[in-house]
Amino acid sequence: MSVIKVSKENFESEVLNSDKPVLVDFNANWCGPCKMLKPILDEVSEERTDVKIVSVNIDDEDELAEDYSVYSIPCLVLFKNGAEAKRSVGLIPKTEVENFINQ
Amino acid sequence: MYDVIIIGAGPAGLTAAIYARRAEKKALVLEAKSYGGQIVNTPDIENYPVCPHISGFDFATNLYEQTKALGAEIVFEKAVDIINGEKEKEVVTEKGKYSCKAIIIATGSENRKLGVEGENELIGRGISYCATCDGAFYRKKTVAVVGGGNTALEDALYLADVAEKVYLIHRRDSFRGEEATLNKLKERDNVQFVLNSTVTALKAEKRLNAIEVTDKDGKVTEICVNGLFVAVGRIPETQNFGKTVELDESGYVVAGENCVTNADGVFVAGDNRVKSVRQLVTATADGAVAATEAVKYINQL
Repeated sequence: MSVIKVSKENFESEVLNSDKPVLVDFNANWCGPCKMLKPILDEVSEERTDVKIVSVNIDDEDELAEDYSVYSIPCLVLFKNGAEAKRSVGLIPKTEVENFINQ
Repeated sequence: MYDVIIIGAGPAGLTAAIYARRAEKKALVLEAKSYGGQIVNTPDIENYPVCPHISGFDFATNLYEQTKALGAEIVFEKAVDIINGEKEKEVVTEKGKYSCKAIIIATGSENRKLGVEGENELIGRGISYCATCDGAFYRKKTVAVVGGGNTALEDALYLADVAEKVYLIHRRDSFRGEEATLNKLKERDNVQFVLNSTVTALKAEKRLNAIEVTDKDGKVTEICVNGLFVAVGRIPETQNFGKTVELDESGYVVAGENCVTNADGVFVAGDNRVKSVRQLVTATADGAVAATEAVKYINQL
């Protein structure tokens, strides 16, 4: 499944009410490390069916960034059953993204 | 067997791979994280000859594609050791071993941490090591910068345009950074200098909300901040290679402008080498020099 963009409008239905764990990628167009992370997340998203990966552009969705206390990007937040389970800040390689989802 | 293994896929390492390939040597680049190194964090590079403006991401991606197109192999594994045999060398990674005739260490450097309790947990929740990356989150907020070098001064100046108030905390009363930048900072009404002081504690609930600062007389002050930008220097990533090559007291690999180390057939390129100017252009220059020296070495074996 490809990475879908989410906004304040569909955050609840796509993330909080999801029956699968959701990995939210908070990013921005001006952020180099975010651009490096994007193809990695695309790959993981295509390979895995047990987790949904979505993208939040923090410039378009500043309220979401504020709500979830995102102050540094790229920031990956894993949601399980509508609540934050864990987060990772900064560019990480594919194996670490997979470990982050698995553990 | 490879002719040359290059450890690190930043500007120095990838440039070394380009030069090795153009000398028709079989080259492998090993990278622990992702290509590009720290330049990826720079939104706009303005001091690289010929490119008046290029983003760090574009620079790194172009360099990576160029290196691959020339036939260098790039493998994402962390190098943990070097076995420096006389005829054959080996680079040991977390997953395996690769043999070669020459090695170029181009591992760069990482941010030095403050070493205050709670720092790691607050990264991305108020603690940052990159003002240009994260400054935008602190619009109209209060931040502190800690450090006394150019990076600290430039970070403070950048943040003075964005944030409501900027504290600049430094353990001495004079700065190592450029006078011109310091003077610009002194003209800013929203920048307050906190000198002869160190950050001794971080106060946080869900995120950082204050720091405790101790001055040289032991007086403790609490300052409310939304963000703390740490700019206290960098540490060369050479820990795994200290038994192979000579390091200076700060951990930089000892080598002159020819990038030749004390270990036969082992070369160094980029920010992890002892040098006075650590810039993109000197990193790529090192890559070219180290690869040329490595090729010379291989050809005389």
